[in-house]
Amino acid sequence: MAENVITARDLDLTFQTDDGPVFALSKINLDVAEGEFVSFIGPSGCGKTTLLRAIADLEKSSSGTLTVNGMTPEQARLARAYGYVFQAPALYPWRTVERNVGLPLEIMALDDQAVRIQRNLDLVNLTGFEKKFPWQLSGGMQQRVSIARALAFDPKLLLMDEPFGALDEIVRDKLNQQLLELWDRTGKTVVFVTHSIPEAVFLSSKIVVMSPRPGRIIDVIDSVLPRKRTLDIRETSEFLKIAHRVREGLKAGHSYED
Amino acid sequence: MRIDFAKGSVFPVAVVCLVILVLWYLAAIPMNAIVTQPKIDAAGGGLYNTLLLSWNHERPVLPAPHQVALEVWKTVFMVAPWKVKSLVYHLWITLSSTLVGFILGTLLGVILAIGIVHVGSLEKSLMPWIIASQTIPILAIAPMLIVVLGKTGLPDIFTKASISTYLCFFPVAIGMVKGLRSPDKLQLDLMQTYNASASQVLWKLRFPAAMPFLFASLKVSVAIALTGAIVAELPTGAVSGIGARLLQGSYYGQTLQIWAALFVAAFAAATLVWLLGAFERMSWKRMGVKP
Repeated sequence: MAENVITARDLDLTFQTDDGPVFALSKINLDVAEGEFVSFIGPSGCGKTTLLRAIADLEKSSSGTLTVNGMTPEQARLARAYGYVFQAPALYPWRTVERNVGLPLEIMALDDQAVRIQRNLDLVNLTGFEKKFPWQLSGGMQQRVSIARALAFDPKLLLMDEPFGALDEIVRDKLNQQLLELWDRTGKTVVFVTHSIPEAVFLSSKIVVMSPRPGRIIDVIDSVLPRKRTLDIRETSEFLKIAHRVREGLKAGHSYED
Repeated sequence: MRIDFAKGSVFPVAVVCLVILVLWYLAAIPMNAIVTQPKIDAAGGGLYNTLLLSWNHERPVLPAPHQVALEVWKTVFMVAPWKVKSLVYHLWITLSSTLVGFILGTLLGVILAIGIVHVGSLEKSLMPWIIASQTIPILAIAPMLIVVLGKTGLPDIFTKASISTYLCFFPVAIGMVKGLRSPDKLQLDLMQTYNASASQVLWKLRFPAAMPFLFASLKVSVAIALTGAIVAELPTGAVSGIGARLLQGSYYGQTLQIWAALFVAAFAAATLVWLLGAFERMSWKRMGVKP
């Protein structure tokens, strides 16, 4: 059995607001093994993004334990253990594509920057766009640049927060396919936040179903689908069975009620 | 058929100039009446005499535009630029202290903004003083500042430039505080995931993001830097510089000299703002701004 990359035990996270406390995460228990592709799925307000941000040390947990690579999230962040892909590409508009991808390399003062930039642009099929500025690219291409940027310093862990949420379904399908190929080739551990059931089932080796008020985990599904998949797999009965279980989990968490 | 004059900027600007010229010529008639009326009457009156005498008096209350143009021509192009009679000479004196003040003020403004953005308590402690500093009439504080600084043995140019600095730092500081805070949350979070240092965030994110704000502020501050330099020349009784020309002109009733100096100063300010605009467009190109 592979080593645990992420371990959460009885994790609580409460935001203090003017309207009183908001229980964003409650009693979260989670294990993510090395090389897994884990999706957090749930409606808005279920804490899936908060959980990802807690793993990234962008939010602090209130109680319980959370370890990333056996360290606290802060130590992991200081050790630059993960690459993070945001909801929006968050590219720096004054930097060309290659300089955006090179940004973490500059900050970490790593060697072979040109080689790394080339390799990662190649990985997201953007060779030839090095000198373009972000506004010259489509939304899908911009998000691929941000993925190349997250991978540029070769972190073992990739955290993705609804990276394709703003894209249309056709582009999204294509990027999902490419992301799976990338995962297969690089063997990275991926934690992926989404609110699309087909996306979660198609991509993941493990699906974490969450529900709001308080944000908690309803179900954890280990996928029986093979590691290598094509979009056609979405027509198979195994796929539909898993999607059904996700939907049942969401229903049990009152996600479909007002 | 509809002709789209509005497309270019030449036509609208020309129309406004024409209107101003017409109003100016018209205004010169009644305003100069106090000195010209006896002469007009002596010449026998009539429209011809009224216009001729109203628009060509030697020491008019309001000189006509062509008189000002002629004075500018004589003092700018017909005199060697190193002579005291040349406006170019006076402009250079004023411009040099303008530029020194502008550069120092910009540096001060940027440094203040960096401090305010990074240290929370500085905003609370400095901001009220920064704003209060601009509510004091510059004409009141300029003489004191210049006298005090004059005693310290600083070179004259810095004494004069201090007024420009005093005026200039404000728009730069305010603009840069806003600019340095302009990066959005995701762009800042990204830096945090890299464990970037504060100086890396400053140079690789905050500063580039603040560039549009910086240029907007610089255009304001370079124009007021020139005003500041002129104001600084008034209380010292300086003998050279645009301010000195204005002062002497008003002592001796030389309205032509005043107007010529005013126009040259305005032209210089416009040129400085235009130059900054050119730098701004160059920076856009380098920073890949969408054309």
